[in-house]
Amino acid sequence: MAGAGQPGAAGGAGPASGSGAEAVGYRRLVVPLLVPAWAVVGLFMVLPVALMVVYSFLTREFRGGVTWEFTLAAYDQFFVNRGLFGDEPPRLEWTYITIFWRSIWQAALATLLCLAIGFPTAWFIATRPRASRGVWLFLITIPYWVNLLIRTVSLRFILRDNGPLNEALLALGVISKPLGIINTDLAVQLGLFYSYLPFMVLPIYAAVERYDHRLSEAAADLHAGRWTILREIVIPAIRPGIVAGCILVFVPCLGAFLAPDLLGGARNFMIGSLIDEQFRGSQGNWPFGAACAVILMTMVLAVLIAQARAALRGAGR
Amino acid sequence: MTLDIADRAFFTLLGPSGCGKTTLLRLIAGFEDLTAGEIALFGQPIAGLPPDRRPVNTVFQNYALFPHMTVAQNVEFGLRMKGVPEPQRRARAVRMLEMVHLADLAGRLPAELSGGQQQRVALARALAPGPRVLLLDEPLSALDLKLRQAMRVELKAIQEETGITFVFVTHDQEEALSMSDSIAVMSAGRIQQVGTPREIYEAPVNRFVADFIGETNLVPAEVERVECGTARVVLPGGTALACPAAPGVGPGAHHVSIRPERVTLSPAGELAATVERVVYLGSDLQLMTRLADGAPFAVRLQNAARVAVPAPGAAVRLHLEEGAVRLLAD
Amino acid sequence: MRGVRHYPGFGAAAAACLVLLYAPLIVVTAYSFNASTSITAWGGFSWRWYVDVFTGPEAGRFGLAARNSLIIASVAATLATLIATAAAVAMIRGGAFRGRTVTYALINLPLLVPEMVIAVASLIFFTLIGLPPGLLTILIAHVTFCIPFAYLPIAARLSGIEPGFEAAARDLYASRWQAFRLVLLPLLGPGIVSGFLLAFIISLDDFIITNFVKGAGMETLPTAIYGSVKQGIKPNIMAISTLMLLTSIAFVTLSYAVNRIGQKTR
Repeated sequence: MAGAGQPGAAGGAGPASGSGAEAVGYRRLVVPLLVPAWAVVGLFMVLPVALMVVYSFLTREFRGGVTWEFTLAAYDQFFVNRGLFGDEPPRLEWTYITIFWRSIWQAALATLLCLAIGFPTAWFIATRPRASRGVWLFLITIPYWVNLLIRTVSLRFILRDNGPLNEALLALGVISKPLGIINTDLAVQLGLFYSYLPFMVLPIYAAVERYDHRLSEAAADLHAGRWTILREIVIPAIRPGIVAGCILVFVPCLGAFLAPDLLGGARNFMIGSLIDEQFRGSQGNWPFGAACAVILMTMVLAVLIAQARAALRGAGR
Repeated sequence: MTLDIADRAFFTLLGPSGCGKTTLLRLIAGFEDLTAGEIALFGQPIAGLPPDRRPVNTVFQNYALFPHMTVAQNVEFGLRMKGVPEPQRRARAVRMLEMVHLADLAGRLPAELSGGQQQRVALARALAPGPRVLLLDEPLSALDLKLRQAMRVELKAIQEETGITFVFVTHDQEEALSMSDSIAVMSAGRIQQVGTPREIYEAPVNRFVADFIGETNLVPAEVERVECGTARVVLPGGTALACPAAPGVGPGAHHVSIRPERVTLSPAGELAATVERVVYLGSDLQLMTRLADGAPFAVRLQNAARVAVPAPGAAVRLHLEEGAVRLLAD
Repeated sequence: MRGVRHYPGFGAAAAACLVLLYAPLIVVTAYSFNASTSITAWGGFSWRWYVDVFTGPEAGRFGLAARNSLIIASVAATLATLIATAAAVAMIRGGAFRGRTVTYALINLPLLVPEMVIAVASLIFFTLIGLPPGLLTILIAHVTFCIPFAYLPIAARLSGIEPGFEAAARDLYASRWQAFRLVLLPLLGPGIVSGFLLAFIISLDDFIITNFVKGAGMETLPTAIYGSVKQGIKPNIMAISTLMLLTSIAFVTLSYAVNRIGQKTR
């Protein structure tokens, strides 16, 4: 047998590394394997979102339809107030901005609440013995997989004026009349917090699990106190996990529909309900609904881009 | 580079990691694409064939035993792919497992075996289809020392028993020297020397081979003249010696290799040196000395009762045994 | 050293977290066994609302919705799993290729875009191409947003399987297809099952997008429950909720168990 060739400078790595050769790789099949995913997501996700953007610039027709005439009317309606009859000098329209603003601070508050309880929970789980971590994580994840609608309905049932919470507190004599939580911003807040809490725990857990506790020991050895260590050493080290958790909570809270709809009542509109309303019945305004969705998507995109840039800067350090 | 591997031989590719020996093995197995040149097996070019069309099997470094199949199913896999009927391949698998002393573990899953047992299964699996060439990619590197030494003897025995050509890749020179009929020393993608273990160790052709295999003293030497297969060299300090010429080495500044164990202490020795330190190694003693020009020089003495060990700082004379000095190409 | 890992109160937070997450579910489950017609007063233990779910006045409506939900979830999860498996093989075993990053973003896009936006965009899209709302539109939307949920466990599993196994199979005379079918696929199996189960739950759970693209007269279990809850929470809703809750938990546990078993043969 004679071997003659020019073996490259490829390392002494074992057979496990690299599937460079076509013998085991799927290089030639990449396109056929990916075509279904490209087609489905491209056709039924990317294209619809693009059409939605176009739609937001179309002219509204009654009964939910549109005519294909370019107009800024939807965005004008969102931002500009020209009075009841459209003859007053343009002023900033506060109705929808207020709704968006309420969504933003509700989402931000829910994020903070989730962080306040999610961080210690994640830390606690990650510092358990390996065997019990799996059980804890499993328990934290299960509620996430339970239907969001059912979880929200449960919360509505509990918080109702004649629901178990009020009944129990009344029976115990803690309160003399129902708390009246349902249909308030507080109920919405509880709903958001409850819905997305697992999203905060999981990424922080992953970060703490990778954290090298010898860093804390080194800091303790250098006379740092427990909470100083947390602030100066731990939090900077696991920041990416915390940021990821915050985004995973903030983004869905921003566009949430079920919590404000079932717990908030008519006065506590958030973006989700506003958009939903535009597509219901003949009162709807599809271009305006599309415009609201475009604005929501832009806000989410801004958050994600800011995070990606921060992550890149962090990686470059 | 060109490399011929004799039929029925235990052939070893030896070199530091990153020298291209695994790539060469993967080229033979068909996992890397040949960009130029050719590979032939018993005269048949195989470069264009996919791995499943080459009469070559591999024992992988981490064994790559299929974790969802039993030991027997693993061993039968190659025969099954070749379309061998079930009774025959079952019998063959049993024979292979008997050869590696694992017949009673046929029903286990790989995860239930020790590292050494997994290694034997990998060997049985690769031998079962009856390849004409068996490729072994550092198969012993994951085992502990004791097991590794036992497997060396066993691998060599199996190779002799089956008469299959083994192409063995390793970075461990002791492994290479102890098992091989023939060794190719590789570095930086090139073959440096091909020869029997004795040739490689005792007559290295260049500095890389001399330095990589075993321990040696590389001493600068001035070649004065070369005639009739003998070179006359002058060592630092002015000692002049005769040693076998090396191909392609003419007069000028070169190096010679002197193995530490081919040097003895003798009042009539050719080289003057000062002892700096004595290192106790159990069966041996290593003297760290310096030559007259300050270059370090190691001497290895057997730890026999009669050996008088010089104290650090002592001036000694070193005698170079017959044939100890090898002239090297660069 | 346990000292630096221990923070006072963190254990209490973890316990509070579990209580908060489970209390509503437990309360609903408990009240689904309430014999009383008034949903607040406790009237003793009873199965009557479970009987009501299957035989009561709304049984037909919910039965139909449940059937639709199961059909949609089965078909959507199957298709999404097939697409995700093919994509994962290309992404993990295809080496470096142009557009890999874009493809990764594309596969995960349904996780990044808010549900409400997907719902609006899908409704507009189906209206524009003239596809009448119904089973088909729901199915298309579900397949799309299920892909990343199926993809994640499959890709995670696949990147844990070293290419050495396929190389060994090829070395032992297996064709490319045999190496895939006899070695890679069985090893990937737990990831595929896990991905399918998660996609199935996600499809079964979806309300917002389904509600937008379903059209009048078409109901899935969540939209039927929502419609009913809007009229007020009745005890039979608690029973249905409990049943769905148990289904979800069963599926997640199954998915988890499959993965655990899979890890042993890795």
